[in-house]
Amino acid sequence: MNVDKELDARGLNCPLPILKTKKSLADMTPGQVLKVVSTDPGSIKDMQAFANQTGNALVSSTEEKGEYVFLMQKK
Amino acid sequence: MKKMAIIATKGTLDMAYPPFILASTAAALGYEVQVFFTFYGLQLLRKDLSDVKISPLANPAMPMPVPMPVLVQVLPGMETMATMMMKDKLKKKGVASLEELRTVCQEADVKFIACQMTVDLFEFDKNDFISGIEYGGAAMFMEFAGETDICLFV
Repeated sequence: MNVDKELDARGLNCPLPILKTKKSLADMTPGQVLKVVSTDPGSIKDMQAFANQTGNALVSSTEEKGEYVFLMQKK
Repeated sequence: MKKMAIIATKGTLDMAYPPFILASTAAALGYEVQVFFTFYGLQLLRKDLSDVKISPLANPAMPMPVPMPVLVQVLPGMETMATMMMKDKLKKKGVASLEELRTVCQEADVKFIACQMTVDLFEFDKNDFISGIEYGGAAMFMEFAGETDICLFV
């Protein structure tokens, strides 16, 4: 899947990964994909909850070498 | 649109976080949010938040690097030291500062309401507060709170 924008949320703790994800999505167009990389283990459930409540699609949620990688498609 | 209302009554560093974290997150999730600041919570609306501190005294659950007897906690400068250590820890762990969260709230149109009665009671100077806030009373808050999905007292 093509990634249109990346957000480095490494080292940030709750609720910053969510707040910055929201901000990053704001200037994207519907259908575009945002890649978020986080080191906060709490962000796994938070990103899913963010997607459920905002209607943006969490296309994938994976872990790579202690980092959490999310692909979020803008509604 | 879902709505959330928070009443913020505390002016310490530890108790300042929950209202700002929840308000900013709810706003990011699309909620319409109002926070009503009353009594010591009004300190959180000051431009300068350096007086918002944490005290180890009467706060026995606060994790300390070394156990500290109450008689030591009352010594001058302990509160400043505890505040410095806590802010340092927050920064190291990547937790946003209060100022940062407050700014996010304002950018996301979270409405901050300062309790007019408390402003009068403690003779606060409105010039010390950040701009973009409203002043109101209990009835004004109830009008919004009565329609909310989530209503919290902090």
